[in-house]
Amino acid sequence: MTQTPIVKFEDARLAFGSRVLWEQLDLSIAAGEFLAVLGPNGSGKTSFINTMLGTTALNHGRVSIAGEPVRRGSAAVGLIPQQRPFGDNVPLRARDLVALGVDGAKPGIRMARRAVRNKVDELLELVGASGYANRAVSDLSGGEQQRLRAAQALASDPRVLLCDEPLLSLDLNHQQAISEVIHRQAVERGSAVVFVTHEINPILPYVDRVLYLAEGRFHLGSVDEVMQSSVLTELYGAPVAVLRVNGRIVVVSGDGTRALPADGHDHIEDIELETGK
Amino acid sequence: MNFSDLLEKAFNFQDYGLLLPLVTNSLIAGAALGIVGGLIGIFIMMRDMAFAVHGIAELSFAGAAFALLIGADVVTGSVFGSMIAALILGILGTRARDRNSITGVLMPFGLGLGILFLSLYEGRSANKFGLLTGQIVAVDDVQLNGMLLLSAVVVIALLLVWRPLTFASVDPVVANARGVRTSGLSIVFMMILALAVAVTIQVVGALLVLALLITPAAAAMRVTSNPVTTVVLSIVFAELAVVGGILLALAGSLPISPYVTTISFLIYVICRGIEAVRSPRRHQV
Repeated sequence: MTQTPIVKFEDARLAFGSRVLWEQLDLSIAAGEFLAVLGPNGSGKTSFINTMLGTTALNHGRVSIAGEPVRRGSAAVGLIPQQRPFGDNVPLRARDLVALGVDGAKPGIRMARRAVRNKVDELLELVGASGYANRAVSDLSGGEQQRLRAAQALASDPRVLLCDEPLLSLDLNHQQAISEVIHRQAVERGSAVVFVTHEINPILPYVDRVLYLAEGRFHLGSVDEVMQSSVLTELYGAPVAVLRVNGRIVVVSGDGTRALPADGHDHIEDIELETGK
Repeated sequence: MNFSDLLEKAFNFQDYGLLLPLVTNSLIAGAALGIVGGLIGIFIMMRDMAFAVHGIAELSFAGAAFALLIGADVVTGSVFGSMIAALILGILGTRARDRNSITGVLMPFGLGLGILFLSLYEGRSANKFGLLTGQIVAVDDVQLNGMLLLSAVVVIALLLVWRPLTFASVDPVVANARGVRTSGLSIVFMMILALAVAVTIQVVGALLVLALLITPAAAAMRVTSNPVTTVVLSIVFAELAVVGGILLALAGSLPISPYVTTISFLIYVICRGIEAVRSPRRHQV
């Protein structure tokens, strides 16, 4: 008898109007497992995450987390979103931002200041952000801010960590640091990780399985099974070549003119479409 | 008028002791307003809504002018006006881009309505101008109670939603994932804001609300990023501006608004100066 999976999709289907993003999805993610979700823009990667957050409802089928139906705001789920800079008008220090991850959803003003403070110190340590705990959030670089978002997501020691392009527009150093923090949460705390990305290489050492979404279909399997010319050619319905260069994976369309999936800078379109519901 | 006449008009402390008791009510109202402005300003800044506040103020002005015209209570009128504006903005303007254009559409309409109502009004003309540029020269006890009640509602409501509203304002995506009802909170905030604008108009007038609702918080954020210090400074700055403004206005024969707005502005300039001296790096971007 195997352990209960952390995340379980059963015959799941998601569509916006007549456009089917994916259907007949059966997927179990085990404790400690690192699942990478790839696919072109608009293939429903962010929506896939939203169904586990409880902010987007499936059209058909079920999704459960740790045996319970998905509930919005559940402590079993942590989210590290895509990096978006904080504006200048945020009167918060790094530690205050992380504190919001600890108890920000509760009403009123914070009473348990000491307890929250200790927890925040712990989280800052965990993501290597103690050095700028008291600096203004708006003074920090994108990578530093993203570490704080990782700390927020870890606040409830979530059973599943949902990462939506968390490395986008970060420098290499922060990319590595944040993927390591996420990997460690999986290994040491047994959290399942769902990692949406357009670029698999930075997380290649950690990935157990890949879910590739494209053209209303998907393919699920190990990196070697999925990242093959034949598999992606079938998914896209057009010639696609998967190349391995110096331990990195490069996906190009048949005529070699563009990389697939297109790099994520026009990802915004995806978000607007999917939160427009 | 030469410069010394102007000074004489602006600052003349001769009968100060006699005048002071006459403005006790105004001072109390002003002090309450300082707390309201200092607190809500922080959220207006975080949510980047300065322009929307101005739009709400113009509709609030229209409501107040209408109340004046039909002989109803002016505060009630401005509460109605700003509530309608806030609801429209809250429901239609969930994205900043939409909100700005809707505000731009509402603002002249509100101002136009207000001017229409005022031109139909045949009472004291001082009342007319007061709605736009500030009036509380003499707040009677009934008005004072109304304003204190509104201020208390604003402050208590803000305290009740403080933490989730902060979360939703700085990071809506994560807040939403954490279970914060971001869209519900944004409507709640618009309602609180509407009340705050309606109270503020009574003191500094529709055209100058930003001096109390934005400037103190904006100034505080220039010199600190500690959230508690921000709250304290923002309230202190707002109190300095409004109470200081009323006290100074007493010494001259000018309306209080220019005093309030000038103090407020000077505080902001000083805070920017402090920031520039402390970290010149930040301005190079």
